[in-house]
Amino acid sequence: MNVIIVGCGRVGAELAKILDKDGHTVTMIDKDADAFGRLSDDLGVTRVVGDGTDMETLLRAGIKSADAFAAVTNGDNRNIMAAQIAQRMFEVPNVVCRIYDPLRQKTYKALGLRSISPTIVGAKLLRNDLYYPDGQATSPDRAIAAGDAVPLANPQHSGGPQK
Amino acid sequence: MYILIGGGGQVGYYLTRELMRQDHEVLLLDKDPARVAQLALELGAAVKRGDACEARTLDSVGCERADMVIAVTGDDEDNLVICQVAKERFGREKTIARVNNPANEKLFQKLGIYITVSPTNNILHLIEAQIPHHKLVPLITLSRVGLGLVEVTIPADSPAVGKAIRALELPTSVNVALIVRGENNITPSGDTIIESEDRLFALTTEDGEHVLRERVLTEDSAPADSLA
Repeated sequence: MNVIIVGCGRVGAELAKILDKDGHTVTMIDKDADAFGRLSDDLGVTRVVGDGTDMETLLRAGIKSADAFAAVTNGDNRNIMAAQIAQRMFEVPNVVCRIYDPLRQKTYKALGLRSISPTIVGAKLLRNDLYYPDGQATSPDRAIAAGDAVPLANPQHSGGPQK
Repeated sequence: MYILIGGGGQVGYYLTRELMRQDHEVLLLDKDPARVAQLALELGAAVKRGDACEARTLDSVGCERADMVIAVTGDDEDNLVICQVAKERFGREKTIARVNNPANEKLFQKLGIYITVSPTNNILHLIEAQIPHHKLVPLITLSRVGLGLVEVTIPADSPAVGKAIRALELPTSVNVALIVRGENNITPSGDTIIESEDRLFALTTEDGEHVLRERVLTEDSAPADSLA
């Protein structure tokens, strides 16, 4: 499938790498061309310099034929706006964004916007590690978070994005 | 009225000052402590440091009793979120957002912002109004009720010249509210005869706007004209 990612920070670059390895067609948008340095050269990721909340930039990135869209810049509001443009103006079927502020996430959940809050996920994982310092509570999520290698779920089998 | 304003730039500052003069209760929020300190010298307790995008901040300033929430920061994404949070979380219907990128106006309206104000578009419209043959100018959009206020200057060769408003057979979605003829303001009725160079102000839906354009403008003054 065609995926557009807005924001080539650490998360965006990592997501692009994973999706590229899964065989998807990835287009990355970032305002700063230097940010594309986070993508290794062997990835087939299309790079578009521009503002992910600007409809002309999104059109240039091929949003009309996008199957999925992820907004992961370092600004909650930019992500919220980019995701809403993708969802409401271009009717991309699969849209998700990152929102650090849990209260804001709640508000937008009520408005039908899917999001991930690293704040809540991170705090809970840290709590588990503090309670179980010897790693008794090891779970796949915790292992990934701690940097231990765990094979990712196969997207074909987990109801994930189809190619 | 209690009016909450997000964004203490030039627009936020003058807006707060004018609204205070009109005896409204105004609270201006800005994220930057240095800017807040500077504004407070003149505006006093009407300025508070805080991020208007955050529900916690809005809660602490009594957003749920605000009659109006106005977002005038320099960033469209912040203005959008301020208005959406005020509406969704605090049930505020009257939200006004400044839109910097004119392309975002449609998006904001679609996302339920009550009124959008685009300085860029306004200036463009004013320039367009100065150009002959471009005669229908949108002035303000009231997205909640699906209406816009438009101004149209009747050209000499308009098919409407010499006709009564009634004879234009405008749909009910077009409401001609005012005619400015030279120095005079005329409250029009169905019998009012339209003259060349009349400035017509009408409240209309988007569809109604096309009909109005058709009935009072000639073909070469159609919307295909652009600044270029």
